[in-house]
Formats: sequence, C-alpha cells, structure tokens
Amino acid sequence: MAETYRRVLLNADAVRRSLARMALEILERNRGTQGLALVGIVRRGDRLARRIADHIRKAEGVEVPVGRLDITLYRDDLGRKGAPPPLGPTDIPFSLDDRMVVLVDDVLYTGRTVRAALDALVDLGRPRAIQLAVLVDRGHRELPIQPDYVGHAEPTRPEEEIEVRVGDDPSDDAVFLVEPGWDEGEV
Amino acid sequence: MEFQRKDLVAIEPLAPEEIVHILDTAEGFLEVSRREVKKVPALRGKTVVNGFFEPSTRTRLSFEIAEKRLSADTVNFSASTSSVKKGETLLDTVRNIEAMVPDAVVIRHGAAGAAEFVARRLGCSVINAGDGRHEHPTQALLDLFTIRRRKGRIEGLTVTIVGDIANSRVARSNIHALTKLGARVRVCGPPTMLPPQVERMGVEAYTRVAEAVAGADVVMALRIQKERLGRAVFPSDREYARVFGLNSRVLEGAAADAIVMHPGPMNRGVEITSELADGPRSVILEQVEHGVAVRMAVLYLLLGGGRSEWTS
Amino acid sequence: MDFVIRGGHVIDPASGLDAPRDVAVAEGKILAVEPSIDPGSAPVVDASGLWVLPGLIDIHVHLREPGQEYKEDVVSGTRAAAAGGFTAVAAMPNTRPVNDNAEVTRYILEKAHRGGVCRVYPVGAISKGLRGEDLAEIGELAEAGCVAVTDDGHPVSSSLLMRRALEYASAFGVVVVSHCEDLDLARGGAMNEGLASAYLGLPAIPAEAEEIQVARDLLLARRTGGRLHLAHLSTRGSMKLLRYAKRMGLPVTGETAPHYFTLTEDAVRSFDTHAKMNPPLREIADVEAVQKALRRGVVDAVATDHAPHAPDEKEVEFEAAPNGVIGLETSLGVTLRLVHHGLLDRVRAVAALTWGPARALGLPGGTLAPGGPADITLVDPEARWTVDPAAFFSKARNCPFAGMDLRGRAVGTIVGGRTVYWNGRILAENLETAERLPT
Repeated sequence: MAETYRRVLLNADAVRRSLARMALEILERNRGTQGLALVGIVRRGDRLARRIADHIRKAEGVEVPVGRLDITLYRDDLGRKGAPPPLGPTDIPFSLDDRMVVLVDDVLYTGRTVRAALDALVDLGRPRAIQLAVLVDRGHRELPIQPDYVGHAEPTRPEEEIEVRVGDDPSDDAVFLVEPGWDEGEV
Repeated sequence: MEFQRKDLVAIEPLAPEEIVHILDTAEGFLEVSRREVKKVPALRGKTVVNGFFEPSTRTRLSFEIAEKRLSADTVNFSASTSSVKKGETLLDTVRNIEAMVPDAVVIRHGAAGAAEFVARRLGCSVINAGDGRHEHPTQALLDLFTIRRRKGRIEGLTVTIVGDIANSRVARSNIHALTKLGARVRVCGPPTMLPPQVERMGVEAYTRVAEAVAGADVVMALRIQKERLGRAVFPSDREYARVFGLNSRVLEGAAADAIVMHPGPMNRGVEITSELADGPRSVILEQVEHGVAVRMAVLYLLLGGGRSEWTS
Repeated sequence: MDFVIRGGHVIDPASGLDAPRDVAVAEGKILAVEPSIDPGSAPVVDASGLWVLPGLIDIHVHLREPGQEYKEDVVSGTRAAAAGGFTAVAAMPNTRPVNDNAEVTRYILEKAHRGGVCRVYPVGAISKGLRGEDLAEIGELAEAGCVAVTDDGHPVSSSLLMRRALEYASAFGVVVVSHCEDLDLARGGAMNEGLASAYLGLPAIPAEAEEIQVARDLLLARRTGGRLHLAHLSTRGSMKLLRYAKRMGLPVTGETAPHYFTLTEDAVRSFDTHAKMNPPLREIADVEAVQKALRRGVVDAVATDHAPHAPDEKEVEFEAAPNGVIGLETSLGVTLRLVHHGLLDRVRAVAALTWGPARALGLPGGTLAPGGPADITLVDPEARWTVDPAAFFSKARNCPFAGMDLRGRAVGTIVGGRTVYWNGRILAENLETAERLPT
C-alpha cells in the first residue's frame, strides 16, 4: 500500500509573516505604491495577491489594484495530452500600460507557468516592468526565470509535491510538503 | 466535466452537461474577444481546414476569426475554388483533405449527413457548420449563449421559433439544444413549413403567430428561403409577412423583457420588420459577436486536448 | 430413382404438409413424398434435423445484366440466389438496355442457360424504355419467355397507360407488376416521412405516395379484370387496401420485402445509405402491419427487391446515394426470424417464400407435389450465423442486415433434381452441368 507523508512547511502564522515581509519588500523595492499593481495567477496566486494587497493597505493605507490572470490558453502543453483544461477567469480591471506589475503565484517550480503568464500579460498591455513574487520556490527550473520576492525557499525532490492551502480565512493558510508513498517516486 | 468528443457534428447526441460546458467555456473566450489583443496562442501549430461546399459568408467569417484568434493556421477550401464543381465526390474530397493532415475540418455542405460522413472517415476533428437541412450546431450554441447571457438561464424559459421549421437546420439544432436544457419550445409557421409529427420532437406547434408569441421570453425568426416560394410551401412573401412576420405589434403579447433573435441574414420586411430588428429588444448583433466566442470554445475543446490518433 | 432425401421434416404449404417425410426424386421430378421410402439402390441424402422445402422463389430481383455487370450479373446473382436457398428468381427489366423487347429477353435467358445456377424468369417492361409513355411489345416479350411485365423502379404515372397494360397483358397471360409510387407526392424524397425525417432534415416520402397508387391500381384491376401484382409493399395502408381488394375478390396479389417487416426508419438515423431503398423503411406501426399481413396471408410473397450497387455508389451523401439493398442471401434467415420470434408460423413463412410467389407470377414449382420439378431447398432451421456481407456470393455489399445474428439458413439447393449449392459451396457452372448430389 502506498503511504504518503505530509509535512507542514509553513503554518498560518508563518504564511502571514512571509506575505507581510514580501509586501514590505515590494514597497521598499518600488519606493511606495505609485504605479504598483498586483496580478495573481489563477487559482491560488490570485488569492495570495489579495493577501499581499491587504498587508500593503495595513502598512501604507493605500489600496493597490489587484487583478487575476488565467494562463490556460498560454500553456505550452495544450493539444498534447488529455482533455483540454478548463478555462479560469481573467479579470484585470485596470490598464497594465506603464504599471509596475507584480505577478504573484503560489509555487515556482519549472517556470513554465510564469513563462505563460508573461506572454499573457504582454498581450493584455505594456507594463513598465514585471516582477515576480512567489510564496514557495521549490527549485528545478526548466526556464531562465527567477523570483524577485520569495516567501520560503525549499529544496525539493522532483517527485515531491508542494501543497499550498489558501482558504477564505487566513488562519487556515498553510504550506505542506508531500512526499511520495513507498510505491511512487524514484529510489 | 471533461469534453471527450472528437467531433461536433450535431446537437442531438450531446448531453445537457456537454452543452453547458461549451457555453461556460465560451464565457472565457468572450473576455478574450473583448481584449485589445484578441489573440491567444492556444492552438498554435494546429491546422484547420474550412471546407465550405455551400455559399456562406457570416458562418465562414465567424469560424475564420475564431481560428485566427486561437492562433491556428487556417486553409480555406470552398466549392467555387475547388474541384468539387468538376464532379469530384465527397469521398474524394475527404481523401484530399486527409492528405493535408489537418487537425480539424470545419464543413458546410448542402447534403444532410455530410458532416457525419466526413467525421466517420477522418481521424481529425470535424465541426459541422451546417449540413443541408439537418443541423447547424454552432448556431444553436451561440443562440443559447446569447439567451443565457440575457436571461441568466435557459431552463424554464419559453422560446418561440417562427418560420420554415421543416427546412431549417437552425431550428432543428435549437429545438434539440433548448429542450435538452429545459426550455419550453414553441414552433410556429404555416403547416407547410412544420415537419410532420413535430410535437414528437418535444415542442408545441402553432400556426398563429400571436398565440405562439404570447408570454414568450425569447422570439426567434428564421430566414425565409425565397427560392422555396411558390413550390407549394407558401404563396407570396407579402402574405407571409402579413400573417407570420414578426413586428412590434405581435411582440406586444410577449413577455415584457422578451428578446428578439434572428440567425441572419435577414429578409427585412418579410420575416421581421426593420423596426423590430433594429429595436431595443433585438439581440441580433450580440448573436454575431457571441458566434466567435462560441466557435473559439468549440475549437478549443476539440483541439486543446490530446491530439487524436490518425486512424487511416 | 435419382435419389431419396430421408429423415427430413417436409413443409409443403400447397399440400398442407408439415411433417417428417422422405422425398424421392426421379428424372428431375418429384416422384413421391411419403413417411418412409425405401431407396433401394438409389443414393440417399440424410436430412435429419433439416427442413425439406419446395425450392424458394424470389420474384423480385435485379440481376443488372445486361448493362450494369459491375453491380451484379446473371452468374453472381444466381449464385447468391442459390446460396440463399432460391431455386428460381424473377429478373426485373430495368437493365441497360431495358428488357422491353424480345431480343433482351432472349439475351438474359441465354446468359442464364450458360451461367445461371437457378431458374431465371425474365420480367419485361410495361412501357418502352420504362418511360411510362408507350406500351412495350408485351406479346413478343411473353413469347420470348417473360412471365410478367413491370416498369419497376419507375412507377407508371399515367393511369391510362396502367389501364391499357392490365388490359393488353391479360391477352398473353402475363401478370402486371406495379411499383406503386405517386412521383409527384414523393418528389425528391430520400426516406420515409415521419419522426426520423423530422430529426434528420432529409426530404421525405409519405406513406400515401405508395398507398395512392396502390388504390388506383386496385381500382384499375377491378375495371379491367387484369392480373395485378403489387411489388414491395411497405405500409400499413397498403396492407389494408390489399386485404380489402382480396375480400372484393379482385385478381390481385402482393409482395413485401424482408426489410419492411424487420427494420424501421430508425435504421437511417445514422445516414446509413445501406438502409436506403424505395419505398423507404417505414415506422414501427407499418412494420407490425406487414408482419400481421404475412400472418393472415394477406400478402402473398416475400420478395427481396435484391438491388445490388457498387460500394462507391453507396459511399456518398445520403441524398445522392442510389436506392436499393441486396437480400438474396439473407431473405430466408430474416424471414425465419419472425418464426423464431413467434410472429409467424412456419408454414406461412415457407408459403411466402415458395407457393405464394409461384402463384403470384404463375410460375411452375413452389410445391413438392409429385410430378412437379424437383426444386428443393434443404434448410437447417437452427443454424446460427451472423450476416457478413463480405462473405456474400453477390458482387454487392449494400446489405442493411450486416452484423445481424440470424437463426436458420439454407444448406442445400436442388434445381430440377440437380444440386447447385451445398454447405457453403456452389457446385456447378450452370444447371446442365450440375451433378445430382454433392460428391
């Protein structure tokens, strides 16, 4: 029987502290909120973007515009396997032109999702610059993409999985490392 | 919900959930269609052959725009420029298309069953853009999409279709789609234009337009094919307009917020007055816009997954 | 004695026989049908477990020769017939050239003489060129060997011409076979008018297109007294009209085809051109009415309307496909399906394949009465098989029953005391070279 081990990497407090620190770093790097916008990648990145915007509001009293981006149509594996993935919502209720856009996602792994997101963003407008914020960087990049803001860096093995929970209530937030069971993964 | 079909040949075999899934997917593509850059790379590297063996302007344009917005490569193959006019059989044409190794074929053909004929013989996806008087599935899907966006639902609505029901592939596909999703469908026209036993298709038949429209949430006019005039189907377009034409007076009996639809192209002053077609109830231009989104959704759902195996 | 068929179960509707009997054959004729026959030194055919029937007769077959030998010819068509248990077929005149003159009739008979493995009865045209205008030379056709006349495939639209044909043909003792279809009402139709056509959007033919002409021809038969036979009847209304006409004592017979009592219009729901024929497949009420008419003996004969086409002629859009299906090699099995389903008793079923068609066209045979030709079909009523058109002796594959599981098939076909078909094999080049028994 396959057994799976699940280990907490970040609990709710740790997630909150990481996001708060990332918010401050974003403010510091960009010298405030002027021209700043957050765009989260559907489905967990957009929730994290909201959380970061909340921290920015607490720190600065400013509401930073937040959008969400579905990258399905930009995936590089469409038409290659399985059923077509369902589309998610793209909703960016502000112009991207000349914005300082911080792209937010939960986990940075191969970099393919970010590549797709960059293509999608430039189709939607012409930002002044794009920065990347991720809650967890687990390594194993397949493309030359690096984050500007990292909540937590965790060296992982390819067969492991990072599970990010971003619920309605921040006190439920958590990040787990899921190890494969006995029958899965490499020896 | 996973969409597992190779082809979209007709509405009749679809499950209600499949129709809903296509409509839901089309919502995302409507957003894409409203962007400044209306193109996404989803079908990059895919080849779509548009085989139009019967004249068509708007359906062909709508499919072409949908394909281009998805970054597919398109090849047009129309009856006037192809060898079809020289007596080539549909089977030969199919074999020629097959040799081009397309990922999808969009086919419009004058013979009922032509799309199914092609779909059975090709390993790639086949989309029916109208086969004779049989079905026109993407038209029905875009009609439902338009109704759902305006009314927020399909189930429980009363939809009246007026015109040459017997000879309309649009009517047939809409009857299937609407009844599957729980709408109450009324069809109306002179008895010469109603298929025998039409009630057995799950609709109510009317020969008086005022009764058919009374209380309806959606009223759809079909194009009258003037070439059928006189062939014992209806005596004159003047009489048709007077007895079966839609105008604002007839629409007074419909629901207060009823919408008016037409698949186009319209014979203004025959099946619908200009006043109605251009008035506040009309969603005719929305239908055109939605056609692109719906066709993008269909192409994406058929081609966005794994490549179908070539069987031949 | 040539040979004795022993231990079989004889069904001979003409004599009302449905019992175990031995059958003795001498000089190509039935010598005796008795509970037990001592063969003496004559060879014996062991028919235990088999039905011994009068040779089956199909009075509606398109052999396509002359002119369309790529679809079928006398050789392949009669082989298909023999394999299906038929000892005789009537060949329709819509050949190229049309069998509207004695020359063509003689050509067909000569081809049958040289390469046919069952009896071939030519049917001549009613009108020259099947054009429905001028009467063909029916007297000469009859003299040359035509047993009936018909414009099959092309209804006789002119009531006057039909009247004249019934009058004129009666002088020569030939039957007028009518393909009943009001062309104006049926115009452009590709299938039955009903729910299926409402779904498919195909131009459709109402049942009345057939019934209107059935009614007309029955009235003309009453007026003229001419011998009328109604071909390929398919509707409930036609059955009612035929029953009514027979009650009035009119000299009329009628046939139906296996597909009309087996398949409904739903068979074309997938645009399957192998289920496209004229008249078209009807609705379930019609199918049940045809079955009932067979049970009551209202309809006299099961005839296949065997209409071969080349595969690429059928592999086209439904509306563009030619009408017609083949049936010689499935007719018996599909008819016995009704018997096995309890819808038809076996004597009636055998009658519709033997005595009924013989009487309808006035042909010899159709019975095992001593003195008649030794045309005999041996049938294994329990043999289970699946219809596979690829295995047919016919050149054509346009069969609507492909894949159907059937019970009952011919194992031996004997024509004039000579065995032409035995257990899956054709044994002769023609009737003259055939051996008495399989060796």
